[in-house]
Amino acid sequence: MELLEFARGPALMFSITVFIAGVLFRIFSLLFMWRTKDTSAAHPGQKPEIMAALSDILRRMWPLATYRQRSLFQWINGYVFHIGLFIVVFFLLPHILFINDLTGLSWGHLPNNLVYAISIVTLISLIAALIMRASNPPQRLISTFDDYFSWLVTFLPVLSGIVATMHIGARYETLLALHILSVCLLLIYIPFGKLMHFFLVFITRGQTGAHIAHRRRTTVLKGE
Amino acid sequence: MTDQTTARNDAQAAADRFLALNSGNLASYLESCVRCGLCATACHFYEVTGDPKYTPAYKLFPMARAHKKNSWPWRWFGGAKITEAELQEWEELLFDSCTMCGRCTQVCPMGIDIASIVSASRSAFAAAGRGPEDFMQAAENVREKGSPLGMTPSVFDGRVEWLEDDYEVDLPMDKEGSDILLTVSSIEMMKYPKSIIAMARLLNHAGVNWTFSSTGYEATNFGFLAGKPDIAKLALERIVNAAEELGAKTVVIPECGHAYGALRWSGANILGRALPFEVLHITELLSRLKADGKLKFRPIEGSITYHDPCQISRRGGATHLARFLLDDAEDFREMTPTGDENWCCGGGGGVQAMERAADLRHKVFQIKMKQVEDTGAQMMVSSCANCRLTMDGSKDYWKWDRELESLAELLVEYLVDDDGEPVEWDD
Ligand code: SF4
Ligand code: SF4
Repeated sequence: MELLEFARGPALMFSITVFIAGVLFRIFSLLFMWRTKDTSAAHPGQKPEIMAALSDILRRMWPLATYRQRSLFQWINGYVFHIGLFIVVFFLLPHILFINDLTGLSWGHLPNNLVYAISIVTLISLIAALIMRASNPPQRLISTFDDYFSWLVTFLPVLSGIVATMHIGARYETLLALHILSVCLLLIYIPFGKLMHFFLVFITRGQTGAHIAHRRRTTVLKGE
Repeated sequence: MTDQTTARNDAQAAADRFLALNSGNLASYLESCVRCGLCATACHFYEVTGDPKYTPAYKLFPMARAHKKNSWPWRWFGGAKITEAELQEWEELLFDSCTMCGRCTQVCPMGIDIASIVSASRSAFAAAGRGPEDFMQAAENVREKGSPLGMTPSVFDGRVEWLEDDYEVDLPMDKEGSDILLTVSSIEMMKYPKSIIAMARLLNHAGVNWTFSSTGYEATNFGFLAGKPDIAKLALERIVNAAEELGAKTVVIPECGHAYGALRWSGANILGRALPFEVLHITELLSRLKADGKLKFRPIEGSITYHDPCQISRRGGATHLARFLLDDAEDFREMTPTGDENWCCGGGGGVQAMERAADLRHKVFQIKMKQVEDTGAQMMVSSCANCRLTMDGSKDYWKWDRELESLAELLVEYLVDDDGEPVEWDD
């Protein structure tokens, strides 16, 4: 079998299966754990828990003013590569055609040159994130294998995609196969590490939001 | 048993406790940290030392490891075991250098509540016999003597009688049918008795039907802070039983932040049933009395600022009440940052009671000194005796010249009667 056929065929099917099964497993094993129930009386005038959870999910999209200055670079850089990845994955024409082949779904695309430019920015932003991780003392200390490996499996598809587009170094088919294989690696790894934060972020922000709102005094005093 | 077996057993005891406490809520936090390190900038211990070991996310490590060891799919790979060396390394990080102030949670893009993990971790470490000796002993004192500072019921009784005589103030004891059971923190009783007098005078003036209890008097809960659930429950039951016997509808926590958190938010959860009374911090009660027109104050003189105790403002939600009580001040100045984002005093979470953490606390207080100096205020008011004790200690250490004052003690000096005439006290 040609490498490209292998990548497009069995390798991709296998990794998609691991990805879906793994992600569902992680989500359900967490959701089915016993949870502590807060039986303390909420301060009066509370907004419903679900609203509190949703508003914290939104609130944490941007740092509070007090903490903003010192974290601004990381926040902005984080947004750059998150949004960059999203655009490159879902708005590059070849990707849409590929997804269309697999699922039958389709949507509008952005101009190829624009997406290529964004992929370069994303690549640089990922490198900046790595430099930050390796040089900022708190981040360096708390970084684990998972952090570096997650970075690598995110970085490789971007890099190999750019290389394939530019046709550098090898036959296009080989470059494309390597690109697809790097995506396979990413898909397989997602359920095993911190990349699960794409989903977990909603749980943790939500539960903390509800927890904090439970303790907020919204009314003052009289006639309470 | 050899030392090695003991060490293994300790590590196992810690691991077992971790698993027993590992709820879906905590596991979600443990799994979601992206190790961005942003929390470091929020933590006063990192701020003043620049030492990366104080990064809040680092404090999640032991529990995260215990969790991983036992959950799929990591289980397949064996996972990492908790070791004696880790217990050794993290003891200082979980006890001496976390005040459970919750500031890191405000910054965390994932919304991880690190303080709740630290609390569970302390419990696991305590099960392994870990924790600063003096602090753990203070918790044991609760069991044996009724209070962390050894204030037994008879000492308490004696002190109340003495205060009653000395200050000529009515301090009702075990008065059945009282609406309110007022508790005290032993820190106040031993070091700041005037704040107890101040509370009593304010309540008496407002015509509140209140009492102390000779059995449920201690507001602080060191069992809770030290990770000893049996002691936490015992301390709680003393208050609950006393309130039920006296028929009190409300239990009031004095100027103490963690005591408020332990009873107000964790009480029902520890007890396993809803509390049979309402819990108010003294600032909540005083605000209510002021709003109802039962307490009136004349303008407070001089320039003042307010230190938000973490457990009352950020984690208690009563941030605006202190401002409401101080709105008569002639010259009130807010610190930067303030309110829910205020810096911790450095002594919360029981850190105040750990002698070996003193140097670290003094360092942390430098943040507060700078904050206050930047406002230019002469006096810093607060409503937590634990903050006050921490700050008083550091103030002496740095020979700092600004005044520290308790909110209740300040207010009682500015109390006026219905005709607007100052109320005089004969001390
Ligand atoms: S800020 Fe939150 S996600 Fe980032 S390292 Fe700290 S705990 Fe982890
Ligand atoms: S709760 Fe406070 S003291 Fe503890 S790690 Fe977070 S910021 Fe630091």
